[in-house]
Amino acid sequence: MILQARYQWGKTQKATRDAYGEALVALGRTNPDVVVLDADLSKSTKTALFAAEFPERFFNAGIAEQDMMGIAAGLAASGKIPFPSTFAVFAAGRAYDQIRNSICYPNLNVKIGASHAGLTVGEDGASHQMLEDIALMRVLPNMTVVVPADATEAAKAVPALAARPGPAYLRLGRPAVPVLFDDDYPFEVGRAALLREGRDVAILACGVMVASALQAAEELAAAGIEAAVLNVSTIKPIDQEAVTWAARTFGALVTAEEHSVIGGLGSAVAEVVAETVPVPVVRVGVRDVFGQSGKPAELLAHYGLTPAAISQACRDVIARRDARH
Amino acid sequence: MSGYTDEQLAQISNELRERVLQMIAKAGSGHPGGSLSAADIMTYLFYEVLRLDPQHPKWPDRDRFILAKGHAAPILYAILAKRGFFPEAWLDTLRQLGSPLQGHPSMKDTPGVEASTGSLGQGLSFGVGVALAGKLDQKDYRVYVLLGDGEVQEGQVWEAAMAAAKFRLDNLTAILDYNGVQSDGKVPDVMPLEPLADKWRAFGWAVWEIDGHNFADIRRAVTEARGVRGQPAMIVAHTVKGKGVSFMEHRAEWHGKAPSAAELATALTELHAHRQPAGDAGASGKGREGDDQQ
Ligand SMILES: Cc1ncc(C[n+]2csc(CCOP(=O)(O)OP(=O)(O)O)c2C)c(N)n1
Ligand SMILES: [Mg+2]
Repeated sequence: MILQARYQWGKTQKATRDAYGEALVALGRTNPDVVVLDADLSKSTKTALFAAEFPERFFNAGIAEQDMMGIAAGLAASGKIPFPSTFAVFAAGRAYDQIRNSICYPNLNVKIGASHAGLTVGEDGASHQMLEDIALMRVLPNMTVVVPADATEAAKAVPALAARPGPAYLRLGRPAVPVLFDDDYPFEVGRAALLREGRDVAILACGVMVASALQAAEELAAAGIEAAVLNVSTIKPIDQEAVTWAARTFGALVTAEEHSVIGGLGSAVAEVVAETVPVPVVRVGVRDVFGQSGKPAELLAHYGLTPAAISQACRDVIARRDARH
Repeated sequence: MSGYTDEQLAQISNELRERVLQMIAKAGSGHPGGSLSAADIMTYLFYEVLRLDPQHPKWPDRDRFILAKGHAAPILYAILAKRGFFPEAWLDTLRQLGSPLQGHPSMKDTPGVEASTGSLGQGLSFGVGVALAGKLDQKDYRVYVLLGDGEVQEGQVWEAAMAAAKFRLDNLTAILDYNGVQSDGKVPDVMPLEPLADKWRAFGWAVWEIDGHNFADIRRAVTEARGVRGQPAMIVAHTVKGKGVSFMEHRAEWHGKAPSAAELATALTELHAHRQPAGDAGASGKGREGDDQQ
C-alpha cells in the first residue's frame, strides 16, 4: 500500500528550521533524554529555543563541528538522544569523518539537525549552499536521511527520528516555504506519500521541490498531462515499494530535489528503478556545479529548479517512454 | 581488588607485551610500537583504577576507558582478555575475517571496548560526551582517554580540550602517551608539539608530567587527578615507543609493522628476561594507598 496524503495551498509560510526548533522544545518536554548541541549557530538553527527552556540539556560546542559530533556520539553511547545542529555544509561536510567513524560505524543514536541546506540559503553564496549532503549522508551504513517538504513534516520528523534507533540526518532549510500539510499528515520514516494521483508520469520530489512538483503537476494538467506527485521525504531507507509502484504504474519518472543530481534523491530513485522496473528517469536538480549569491527564488530559477523545469522534464520523459514502444 | 606491587604490575605489563607481539605476528600486521609504550599505563588503569565488571561490560556505573589512539588495539584486547571480558582464545583471531577483534577498536563488536576509534583525533570528543552524560545523570563514574602524541596534532583534539574545560569535566582524565614517535618519524620533525604541557595548562586543564613507565609516578598522577575539582585532568606521560624490545625502542619503523618469526622470538626472549623470577603476578599483592574501586 502506498501512503496517501492531502496537501493544500494558501496556508501560511514557515521555515522548516523554525519547525525544528519548536519540535525540539516539545520533544524535550516529554523526553528527558533529549539533549541538543550546536556550534555557534543556535539562533540560525533555532536550537536557541531549546537552550532557553532547557539550558542544562543544551551544549554549545563553539565553532567546532567535529568536536560537536564526537561529543554527541559520547552522549548517545551513554543513553542520551543528542541532536547536534549546525548548517548542512558544516555538519555533513566539515564533520564527515566524525559522522562516519564516531557515529555511524558504532550505530549510535545521534540525530543531526542540518539547517540552511541547498541553494535557498541565498545571499551567503556557494560556500554555504550545501548541495552534496544527501549524497554524503546516504552512503553511510546505518544512517537515515530525511528531507521534509514543509514545516509540518519537519515537526513530525523530529519525534519520529528520536523514536527510531540509530543515526539520522534531518535536512532543513533557511527560508519560509509554503506549509502544505495539516497536522493529520501521516508522516512515517521510510515511506513516501502520494500527494496527487496521476496517469501519465510520476514526479518524485523532496524538500522545497515538493511544492514545485505540485505546481508543475497543476500546469501539466491544464495541458492535459496528468502527473502523479510523491513526497519522497525519506531518502534513506528509500521507499522501494512506492518507487517501483510509480515506475510500474507510469513507466516514466521525474525526480526533483534542491541538491546535486549526483548522489541525491534522483540517484536513489534511479538505483531502485534500474534494478527492478527499468523505466526512463529524468532528474531535476543542480547539474554538478556550485551555487552563487542571489535571492533564493532567483537561484532556484537560475539553476533550473522550477515548476517549469519539472514540467519540461515530464514532457521529455514521457516522450522517451513513448519512443520505446 | 587489593593492590599490586609495582613489581607485579611490571610483570603483568610485560606478559601483555609478549601477548601483543604474538597477536600482531600471528595477524601479520598491526602496530606494536604504540601498544608497547602504552602497556604500563593501561596495566595500571585496568588493574588498579578502573571500576569494571567483566561479566557486565555495559554496567551503567562502570568507569570508561577510551583508547583514542585506536591503532594500539592489541594492548587493549590483550588486557581485556586478561581481565576476563572475553576468552583469551579470541586474541589469536585478531584482524581475521569475522573476528570480534577488529583491526581498530569497535564498540559494537568487542565487550569492554567503549568507543570505536581508529580515525585519530576523535576519542577525546567522545570522552567529553561520555563525561557530560555522567554529569547529567549525576553518576560518579570516571572517564579515561588515552591519546597518542602524534594524534594531538589533530585540530579536533584541541576543540575537545576547550570543551572539556568549558564544561568543567572533573570526571575526565586524559593521558597522553608521549613516546615522541609517530608514523613518519620523530614527532618534533613531523610537527612539533612543545611546549606540550603548557598548551594543556593554557587550555584550562590540570596537568601532570610523569614517566609513563614508572608505576609510582603513574599512581601518584592518576590518584591526584581524581581529586581535582572543576577542571579536566591531563597526564602527559613520557614513554618509549616500542618499550621493552631493544630493536623496537624509539623506532618509527616499528610503528606499524608485524615482527617476523625470528624477530618475535628475539623480542619474547628479551621481554621474558625482564620478568621477575618470583611468583604469580596475578595473585593479589600488598595493599595500596587511595580508594579501591574495583
Ligand atoms: C585521522 C587519521 N590520520 C591518519 C591515521 C594513520 N595513522 C595511524 S597511527 C598514526 C601515527 C600515530 O602516532 P601517535 O599518535 O604518536 O601514536 P603512537 O606513537 O602512540 O603509536 C597515523 C598517522 C589515522 N589512523 N587517523
Ligand atoms: Mg607517538
